[in-house]
Amino acid sequence: MSSTVLEVHNLRIEIPVAAGLLQPVRGISFGVDKGETLCIVGESGCGKSLTSLALMGLLPKAAVRSADRLEFRGRDLRGLGERQMSDIRGASMSMIFQEPMTSLNPAYTIGNQLEEAYLRHHRGKRAEARDRAIYLLEKVGISAAASRLKQYPHQLSGGLRQRVMIAMALMCGPELIIADEPTTALDVTIQAQILHLLADLQREFEMGMILITHDLGIVARVADKVAVMYAGKIVEEGPCERVFENPMHPYTQGLLRCIPVPGKTRRGEHLGSIPGLVPNLVGDIRGCMFRNRCPHAVDACLELGDTAVSLDGGHAYTCVRDVETIRASSSEPQPA
Amino acid sequence: MLAYTLKRSLVALMILIVVSALTFSLSHLATDPALTIAGENANQEDIEAIRKMYGFDRPVHVQYISWATRALAGDFGVSYHYREPVSDMIAGRIGTTMTLGCSAILFALIISIPLGTVAAIRPNSFIDRVALFFAVIGQALPTFWFALMMIIVLGVWWRWLPISGNTSWQHFVMPTIALGYYATPALMRLTRAGMIEVLASDYIRTARAKGLRPWKVLFKHALRNAIIPVVSLAAVWFGFMLGGSIVIETIFNLKGIGWLSYDALLRSDLPVVQAIVLIFASFYVVLTLVADLLNAYLDPRISVR
Repeated sequence: MSSTVLEVHNLRIEIPVAAGLLQPVRGISFGVDKGETLCIVGESGCGKSLTSLALMGLLPKAAVRSADRLEFRGRDLRGLGERQMSDIRGASMSMIFQEPMTSLNPAYTIGNQLEEAYLRHHRGKRAEARDRAIYLLEKVGISAAASRLKQYPHQLSGGLRQRVMIAMALMCGPELIIADEPTTALDVTIQAQILHLLADLQREFEMGMILITHDLGIVARVADKVAVMYAGKIVEEGPCERVFENPMHPYTQGLLRCIPVPGKTRRGEHLGSIPGLVPNLVGDIRGCMFRNRCPHAVDACLELGDTAVSLDGGHAYTCVRDVETIRASSSEPQPA
Repeated sequence: MLAYTLKRSLVALMILIVVSALTFSLSHLATDPALTIAGENANQEDIEAIRKMYGFDRPVHVQYISWATRALAGDFGVSYHYREPVSDMIAGRIGTTMTLGCSAILFALIISIPLGTVAAIRPNSFIDRVALFFAVIGQALPTFWFALMMIIVLGVWWRWLPISGNTSWQHFVMPTIALGYYATPALMRLTRAGMIEVLASDYIRTARAKGLRPWKVLFKHALRNAIIPVVSLAAVWFGFMLGGSIVIETIFNLKGIGWLSYDALLRSDLPVVQAIVLIFASFYVVLTLVADLLNAYLDPRISVR
């Protein structure tokens, strides 16, 4: 158990709005071990970004976080005040954001912004901070690192800025790094570079990583574990290869049909899509959240609880259908 | 940054030349200066003699060049009415106006920036409402009425402050408040709007994600970006205040530049009017230049554009 970095049980986020109580995250549980990558997958609005902000303690003021367990390196995060949380942020838990173009302050040099992250947690060690910044800029593949320190964000491209953001997150040698769609805003060619970079660094520094994405192609390449989120709940989770080879939840199956597979998907063949929209997340919703979009929906879906069906190897899913039914139906041709 | 500074300075210089030409020609177009100096009962010969004496018979561009050359050396001629060198008249009064202008803009900034910041941190809170309340009042109250109220309450009823003259720093307290308060609402609302926008930006979230303390996020990362438009507006207000407020200077009997320009206009005292217009146009040009350079320092992207 000593290798567990993060342990989350029944995390909920509630935001009071005019129409009632918005519940974008409805009781999710997961864990991250040292040196392990957990990918949280789901479409926009499923609560994955809010989950990452909740872990960092950076939720908007109106949002209320609750959990049965929220342990980081064995320390309970639930009772911590803003001051104690800010001692953890950037030091042992850090985050990379989606928007490299706007995530750096235009008024300060990148050297200033990198060193500041180190100095916050290591008071007065300016020379050390500078050395660390140069070391990490080289690590993230930026040439002439020492002279880059004097540059301003507007003098760097999007890809370079995201590299700077990664270096910044690593300044204090965190044990957990949360990357919220780190490649979404970048060119496809740069995306692959940044992903490989993240995966390499994560291995080298043995960090736990939570990678939040809606891109299953990314998941297949870097994840150890996958959690598929839908409407604030985890509908399926497990080791990456098991989920990809044997998707059990209709939503996971649908997501996987949305990506083309070279050799399997024929030219001219329509890619899958999931009809319908994510349900409104205000108030309590009974039963399965996915039932109004599910091709296999039955009356029993209304009675679905939170108990997941567990398979071997940590693979689990939340659906009324049993394993045999799913296996049998997924060997049949799928409705278009 | 050096190239940007040179470029902006060159533009400022060209504006100054245009402004001086306009100042010179406007006052010559408005009246016949020889006629004004000679007075109403002068005969044609006297007027012609005066025209020759003051050089008004020369071509306009020659007159402009000789006026501008002398102005550069600080010689703005002699007042038609008081028969005193204009530069002496201005030198004797500019101190009062400068003191009032500087203290009024400082007062406005010291009030508006913290208040705007606090209002932005908690939008629609009690403190935001209070700040808005005072802003609306400041915008709506006529300056002269507010100044008179202060005189009655602070000067006459409570006898805390002198109500007239410029002999001690206490004399400047009420004029400073009256003039500064006028600029406060706009500056405060601009600070508030800028702060709200900046506080919602991604780089503030990044700063918080590093674990930075709230005051550091606020003062290092947010305020520097939010203050940029405020700098430009404050420069304009400062220029306005240095121009001297006729109303404020009259009410508190501070015989500064505002009062002098009013007097000179009434008497068509052209050399005085020209000198004042030129000096304050120059102030504006210099202030705008300083604001531009300050903004380029605050936001390094500006000098690239």
